[in-house]
Amino acid sequence: MNFQRVSALVKKDLKRLVREPSALFMIILFPIMLTLVFGLAFGGIGGNQTVTYQVGLVNNSPLGQSSNWTQRFIGNLASVEILKIQPYSDNATAQDDLIQGKISAVIIIPQDFSRSCDSFESAPTDPNLWTNTTLQVYVDSGSMFATQAITPLIQQALATTITGQQVKSTSTSIQISSPSLVQASNTTAFEFMMPGIFAFASIFLTMIVAQSFTLDRDCGLLKRINITPTTATEFMSSQAISNMIEALIQASVVFAMAFAIGYRPKGDISTLALAFVLVLVFSLCNVGFGLITATLAKSPGAATGIAFLFIMPQMFLGTFVGASLSQSAQSISRFVPSYYVTDALTSLFLRGAPITSPSVLVDLAVTVVCSAAVLMIGVVLFKKYGKA
Amino acid sequence: MEMPEIVVENLTKRFEGVTALDSLSLEIKKGELFGLLGPNGAGKTTLINLLCGLVEPTSGSVYVAGHDVRREAAKVKELIGVCPQDATAYSFLSGRENVELFANLESVPKAKLKESIDELLERMSLTEDADRRLGRYSGGMKRRINLIIALVHDPEIAFLDEPTVAMDPQSRRAVWGFIKDLERNGKTIMLTTHYMEEAQELCDRVGIIDHGKLIALGTPAQLIDKFQAKNLEDVFIELTGRKIREEI
Repeated sequence: MNFQRVSALVKKDLKRLVREPSALFMIILFPIMLTLVFGLAFGGIGGNQTVTYQVGLVNNSPLGQSSNWTQRFIGNLASVEILKIQPYSDNATAQDDLIQGKISAVIIIPQDFSRSCDSFESAPTDPNLWTNTTLQVYVDSGSMFATQAITPLIQQALATTITGQQVKSTSTSIQISSPSLVQASNTTAFEFMMPGIFAFASIFLTMIVAQSFTLDRDCGLLKRINITPTTATEFMSSQAISNMIEALIQASVVFAMAFAIGYRPKGDISTLALAFVLVLVFSLCNVGFGLITATLAKSPGAATGIAFLFIMPQMFLGTFVGASLSQSAQSISRFVPSYYVTDALTSLFLRGAPITSPSVLVDLAVTVVCSAAVLMIGVVLFKKYGKA
Repeated sequence: MEMPEIVVENLTKRFEGVTALDSLSLEIKKGELFGLLGPNGAGKTTLINLLCGLVEPTSGSVYVAGHDVRREAAKVKELIGVCPQDATAYSFLSGRENVELFANLESVPKAKLKESIDELLERMSLTEDADRRLGRYSGGMKRRINLIIALVHDPEIAFLDEPTVAMDPQSRRAVWGFIKDLERNGKTIMLTTHYMEEAQELCDRVGIIDHGKLIALGTPAQLIDKFQAKNLEDVFIELTGRKIREEI
């Protein structure tokens, strides 16, 4: 590998970024606007407002013996700032209000709630002696934030009630009907969206790569470079490096903007470093999609259109846009690389997961494998069919 | 006996049923300035693309400086400089930056880089405009940058595909002088052109190509003498029954 050639090509690509208005817009201005607009719309700007949710509570647990468990649970729920608890005497009325959008969720405390808590307290390590029960939770599916935020908060209140700890570290005798792993609290909508915004900005590299390759091919520039002793490996390495630098700039811009308007992710410097690594690896995936697009497209205009075939699924299924997806769409989203980037960033920034957390490492591994595979496919296809 | 610098043997290239080159054979000596004449679509650019290793021949062989282009394309690329027909460079870079980029791709040593570039820009009267973006250059200036890019690494062999097309007479004369200097420095040059007077003025030997076949080969004087013509234009008319410019 000749580094003189690679660095010359990288410099050229970075100059394109600064000097071509369309590239500058997509790489720098678009992420700035995106972060600002979403910050303004969803709570990052303007006093760091907290979203609150009205939650209906139906208590089917009999009064009297051991009812202090129920009271303790209700107390813990009420202490969660963003939940406003509204008691209901029956499930039907609560469900009616939920359907009408008057409340965001309904919690139904089962009859055997206190008995179940007692059984756990007397034998916390022996599940065979527990009286298992389920806390029914219904959430407004029309609210993408309610679907993500409420269940984890109930989980947290339940864990505090039974084990005295905020985080549910072991299994207990009470399950929530649709549990989620998110352990969030006092979170604005903007904070929920930020991990997805990081991935979202990088997705548009697909279009930039596809446009620059088709334009260079049309102008004969790829052919001209091919006449020089520059090898395919050197050329593709330069593309990978320059696009990773662009992704790094994008991620830094997005992070700086978000930070400036009050976004404070969980974790430390290592969390942030891993987040940038994820974005960098993901940028290679988008270079691969860009190359596949350039192979299929006959002109820069066509490249823009075809690029959206890769951008749209990644955008709608894998970033903040897909937060309120249906069950089937969520299953499909597992097939888009951006899902794993967003999921890992959500674990890091929102759940406060350590960088060694298995779920983060699995997401990172899937992102690495996907990016390597897509990049390889892109290089092979472009080399074989796209250069002419 | 010295081996020819460029050897083309029974070269045929077909594109989807169209024969661009038809069993063409040719030898060019080291240090020779060889002109390839022919109308559009005659196969001139296809021959250059084959000599550079950009396309694979349908049949036949091509050797450049003793290297089989098909098998040793990387070695061949280190020896050649190619000036494509269309001025090809990055519009968002300045003239100097474009030349620097391609000099780096040709691994010109850093110490020599600035001096070489300055000299070539001066030679092509582009020093004053060197730091303007290429997108703001006139067509003639772009063509001169195109030629500098091809020669910035001082290649042993230069393929110049219509380097003076659409240039004003003054610029064309400057380029002719430049090409003559290359020849004096012992470079092997293949020049394709539509301009008969250019070939007559510059070339040691010329080959006339039409419909993918080499139909005449010799020095300009030999061909003029052989066909009892006043100039190469008349030779072309004699051979093909039409003027070369009618095809442009």
